[in-house]
Amino acid sequence: MAAVSLTSDVEVAARTSVRRTGPDSAVLELAGAWLSRRGLPEPDASVRELGGIRRLGFDATRVTAWDSGLVTFTLKVLGEAKRAAIDADRGGLPEGVRRLLALAEAVPEKQTGRSGARTPWLARLGASATATAEAARIGVAFLGDSVLALLALVGGRARFRMSDLFLIIQECGPRALGIVTLITFLVGLILAFVGAVQLQQFGASIYVANLVAIAMTREIAGIMTAIVMAGRTGAAFAAQLGTMNTNQEIDALSTMGISPMQFLVLPRMLALILMMPLLTLYADLVGILGGAVVGIGMLALSPTQYFEQTKGAVHLSDFFIGIAKSSVFGVVVALAGCLRGMQSGRSAAAVGLAATSAVVTSIVLIIVLDGFFAVLLNVLGF
Amino acid sequence: MATASAAPRIHVDRLTMAYGSFVIQRDLDFTIQKGEVFVIMGGSGCGKSTLLNHMVGLKEPARGDIVYDGQSFWDATPETQEGLRRRFGVSFQGGALWSSMTLAENVGLPLQTFTDLRPRQIREIVSLKLALVGLAGFEDFYPAEVSGGMLKRAGVARAMALDPDILFFDEPSAGLDPISSRRLDDLILELRDSLGATMVVVTHELASIFTIADNAVFLDAQTRTMIAHGNPKTLRDESPNPTVRTFLRRGETEPAEGAVR
Repeated sequence: MAAVSLTSDVEVAARTSVRRTGPDSAVLELAGAWLSRRGLPEPDASVRELGGIRRLGFDATRVTAWDSGLVTFTLKVLGEAKRAAIDADRGGLPEGVRRLLALAEAVPEKQTGRSGARTPWLARLGASATATAEAARIGVAFLGDSVLALLALVGGRARFRMSDLFLIIQECGPRALGIVTLITFLVGLILAFVGAVQLQQFGASIYVANLVAIAMTREIAGIMTAIVMAGRTGAAFAAQLGTMNTNQEIDALSTMGISPMQFLVLPRMLALILMMPLLTLYADLVGILGGAVVGIGMLALSPTQYFEQTKGAVHLSDFFIGIAKSSVFGVVVALAGCLRGMQSGRSAAAVGLAATSAVVTSIVLIIVLDGFFAVLLNVLGF
Repeated sequence: MATASAAPRIHVDRLTMAYGSFVIQRDLDFTIQKGEVFVIMGGSGCGKSTLLNHMVGLKEPARGDIVYDGQSFWDATPETQEGLRRRFGVSFQGGALWSSMTLAENVGLPLQTFTDLRPRQIREIVSLKLALVGLAGFEDFYPAEVSGGMLKRAGVARAMALDPDILFFDEPSAGLDPISSRRLDDLILELRDSLGATMVVVTHELASIFTIADNAVFLDAQTRTMIAHGNPKTLRDESPNPTVRTFLRRGETEPAEGAVR
């Protein structure tokens, strides 16, 4: 009978001893309270004492209480006995333990092909290299698919809902104005402040206007807007599409013969291609305004002076360069967000990873592409 | 819709399914006739839903093919595949309704995409389909606002939006109370009888299997292939395979009197 006792007076610590009953037989004596929370003896110690034995019995008459701890212990001992070809008689175990053992052994362990063993470092290196190559292939294929979707749009065959497009435009255009204003205003301010400290030493503080205007229009407004959009909108795209994937909503589109590329990715890409240049133009102006605050407030330049200097410093082409780049960044943010979302695994953790990965991918690509553009424009002489 | 043909509607042709090098099921070979309710059954994790994903064209076979009315799916051009897909309706396990759209928009999207109907006509068809699954009046609800059983029924309404020839159901009764699940079974039979559609149902609910199935295939997780094919009631009583008999008798080895009908 299972002696499951809850009284504490019988809770003497669990202990074992091996009693030899013949030249090749032994009895494993179990005693005390076998409760996991009180600590358990190591099965290895008992197993070591069983050398040279052919028959093993159990004696549990002095066990005062037990729980899963005893079952785990005997399971381990029985496993070792089986490996050493020892004939084990379970008769001496409490009945409850015998039944739990039978239950645990009822379904044989399934060979799932997964082992806990660590693969050697060379194999892991190879696996990660092939995984990287495969990820690059998928990325390029996705880019190709998106171009096909754009062509379908031009040919008037693309299938998506206009209302979706307008919702996404609203989400990634007007609703992003607040954060874009804050960031670019402050960046313009900081840029002017750092420039002012240096230029004042040469009595050339008026050139703060040139510095801010050129840096903002050609580079910083576009990059800052793109990074804000990567964190704000790219992550949202990845999370939306990842959740749709988890919920089989993307499968539902595919089985219906509606291309997820056209229905989900295309409107998101279009929205960012349309909104990024507008946001960047706006960011240019806000950034210049931020510089003006320093120029007028700290360097005692008159507003007219500052804006005349700015007008002389930047050309229309500077604006165009920044705005053209921002369109490309928009495509990057949309594609990275959508790709990571569509690739996402079907769990909450996977959706979180997809959002993170979308932001990281976008920011890396934005910076790399910006460097590429800098070299290209330099070679072309702009 | 009523195209009589000698060839079976669906022929699963020596299909092997695998994730990478891990084979889930091999050498599946069976046919489904027009107008049949065909059940894919088997224990949890044996690859029933994976087989469904292969049949509806979501997952490419490792080997073998699926043939619809003599037309191979996986050897076909993408355009032909599109055409075949448009003849399917798929009801997913959790409904898989597009969460950013109302129930009416969900059911209406395939109509809006593939027909030239006017919005008012679409609205009427949508209301009819929702009424058929008992969801009249829920047109403007979002998926998050209705219960699991209603989601599933809305998924069925969406699957039959374009009056498909073949309807696929993935675990229609999973997670439903017995009465809702019975109602969904009745709906499947009713739709088969009235629309003349072919139904392919993935399930392991015995009550459901015996109520609706004309024909069935049993996938075994242990041997990783199909081990029985036929009418489930016949299989329960006469299958030579003990695994199949045990499954269909809910684990009872002796044929119990007055067990499942």
